[in-house]
Order: sequence, then C-alpha cells, then structure tokens
Amino acid sequence: MATEAHDAGGATGYIVHHLTPLSSGEGFWTLHVDTLFFSVFLGAVFLFFFRKAAEQATAGVPGPFQNFVEMIVEFVDTQVKDSFHGRNALIAPLALSIFAWVFLMNAMDLLPVDLLPDVGKAIGLEYLRVVPSTDLNATFGMSISVFFLIIFYSLKVKGPGHFAMEFLFHPFSHWALVPFNLLLNTVEYLAKPVSLGLRLFGNMYAGELIFILIALLPWWVQPALSFPWAVFHILIITLQAFIFMVLTIVYLSLAHESH
Amino acid sequence: MNINATLFGQMVTFALLVWFTMKYVWPPLLQALEERKKKIAEGLAAAEKGKHEMELAEKRATAALKEAKDQAAEIVNQAQKRANALVDESKEAAKIEGERILANARSEIDRELENAKEELRKQVSALAISAAEKILQREVDQKKHKEILAGLGKQLG
Repeated sequence: MATEAHDAGGATGYIVHHLTPLSSGEGFWTLHVDTLFFSVFLGAVFLFFFRKAAEQATAGVPGPFQNFVEMIVEFVDTQVKDSFHGRNALIAPLALSIFAWVFLMNAMDLLPVDLLPDVGKAIGLEYLRVVPSTDLNATFGMSISVFFLIIFYSLKVKGPGHFAMEFLFHPFSHWALVPFNLLLNTVEYLAKPVSLGLRLFGNMYAGELIFILIALLPWWVQPALSFPWAVFHILIITLQAFIFMVLTIVYLSLAHESH
Repeated sequence: MNINATLFGQMVTFALLVWFTMKYVWPPLLQALEERKKKIAEGLAAAEKGKHEMELAEKRATAALKEAKDQAAEIVNQAQKRANALVDESKEAAKIEGERILANARSEIDRELENAKEELRKQVSALAISAAEKILQREVDQKKHKEILAGLGKQLG
C-alpha cells in the first residue's frame, strides 16, 4: 500500500492510472484483460482448493484444511437453509461460488496498491487494475446472471401465466392500476441486479480509491492510515461477499414463492 | 469505467464457476458432512447406550451385594438364635435334672424317715408292752391288755 512513486501527471495522473483497466479492443467490444485474468485466476484458485477438499472429503476426522473448507460450506449451507425453503440443487453451490469468488476478488484489495501494477509495468503492461470487483463488468456480470436466474425460476416455478398476472396485478389487483403495477414491478425487478452490482462495485471502488489516496501521502503517514483502513477492509470484503450471497439467496427464494 | 464486452466474459466465467461448483465441489463435501454427522450421532448414541448399560450393571451389582449382605446378616442372626436356644435348652435340662435329683433325694429321705419312724414306733410299742408286762405281771387277762396296748400303739403311731 505504500509507494513514493508519483507518476507523471501528479496526483490526478496517479489515481487515473490506477483506475484504468488494461484493455484490448475498441468501443463496446473492449475487453478488460486484467479483470478477466484476475477473476478467472481467482475462480480457479477457489475451485482448485475446494475441489481438493471435496476429493479428500471423508466422514472421518478432518484435517485443518478440510475443516476450513467444510466450515465455509456449512456456513453457506446454513444461510441457504435459513432463507431458501424450496428444493433446488443450484442455490447452495451458487451461493458458495458467489461468496468465495467475491471474497477472493475483494481480497485483492488488501494487496499493496502498487505491488502488482509495478510488476505489470516491469513485464510491459501499461495499466493493471488488480481488484476485479472494482470493475462494473465483474459485479454486473454476476448480478445480471443472478437476474436471469430470478427470471428463469420465476417462469419455471410460477408458470408464464401466473408470472405475468403477478407482474400486472400485484400489489394492486385492479384493472385500472395495471400500468402502475407494471411500472412498479419493472422497477422492482430491475432494482435487484442494479443494486446488487452497484453495491459491491461502489464499496470496492471507494475502498480502493482510499487506498490510492493514502498511497499519495508522505510515506511516514501511510502506515498509520493504511493499516487501520486495511483492517477495516477485512470486514468490508467479507461483508460485501456475504451480502451478495445472502441477497442472491433471498431473491431466488422470492422467485420460488407465489404471492 | 463503462460496461463492455468484459461483462460477457465475466458472465461466462461465473456460469462455469457455478457449474463446476455444483457438479464437483458441493455434492462430495456435503455428502461427507452428512456422513460425518451421522457417524457422530451414532457414536454419541452408542456412548449413551454404554453409559446406560454401565449404570444398569452397577445397579445390579449393588443389589447383589446388598442381598449377599442381608443373607449373611440373617445367617448370623439365625446362628445366634440357635446358640441362645441351645444354651436355654441345656439350662432348662440342667435345672430339670437338678430338680429330679433333689426330688429323689427328698423322697429317699422321706422313706428313710418313714422307716425310722416305723422302727421307732415298733420298738417303742415293744418297749411299752414289755414294760407294761413287767409292771402288770400279775394282771393276767393278757388278752384284754393286749387290746389296750394295741390301741395305745395305734395312738402312738
């Protein structure tokens, strides 16, 4: 988190540089290579360790690593069982994936802000933004996927007819209020992925920005500020991962229930 | 900071991640957890059962011990009673024997006394007769005198 290097362009240049993704392509078809790389890498890390634990899993006495993985799995399972009362083999693995992936992506925040960008610079990468969850594409990638699942399960469980009726006649079941209901429900449905994605993005973006701002201060002030902020961020990254997971469970649970 | 094709990449990544987790990570882990839960529950139940059985055995042992003690006490009691009875019996027997001997001795004494009295009476009457004969030598009606003397002898006896 500490650096004394101020790039050309002063403080603003430094901040902008840190928040610019490594991209390739033009216009809409731009790919944020760093976001994709780190999220795939972190996803692979998650899958590697959990798959290893799953392979070793026996009913016998678990080792420390096994215990750790099982603790997370049980924690997620408890959350799912508390909020979701239907039968769906997807929800719990989905919740676990979200929790672990978001946590790992957020945890990149705790690396020193200049560590990986400097390494990147050394191997010829101009920009490198290491925290995937400070990219709207990453957070919306998840929240829109969750949104599709909400729509899918709403249609599947309630049936298209019932779903449409609910959309038109809920909460006010009167013909005259159909437009109002439509508007309300549309906003309600769209608010779910937008709030999911923006909440995570906003938290992580702001957190990263503060780390960058701290890095602009004289070196002897930095530890006094970045250490408490990092400690606080341990809470934030876990909390955001947890919130994303729980809200996903709750939304999907709502999709399984009729009003 | 705009939305672009990265979104699709992220969605595909996310889908693959969830698919893999659902297929290869979640089921074995949960199964292991379930199995362990069952095993632990069984172990606990077995421990509970063992404890219960031990308690029962302890109770049984205590009961057996108590019974044995009671029996021993009863046997000692009986033996004591029997001993007391024996002592009483022999005391009684000794007393009876003593009384019998005493009675025998008494009757012997009585008989001897009776004999002595009889002898004495005879001698006295004989003496009296001889004395009376000597005194009344001349009085000849022996028969009349004998009658008087016999009456006298009877009175003496």
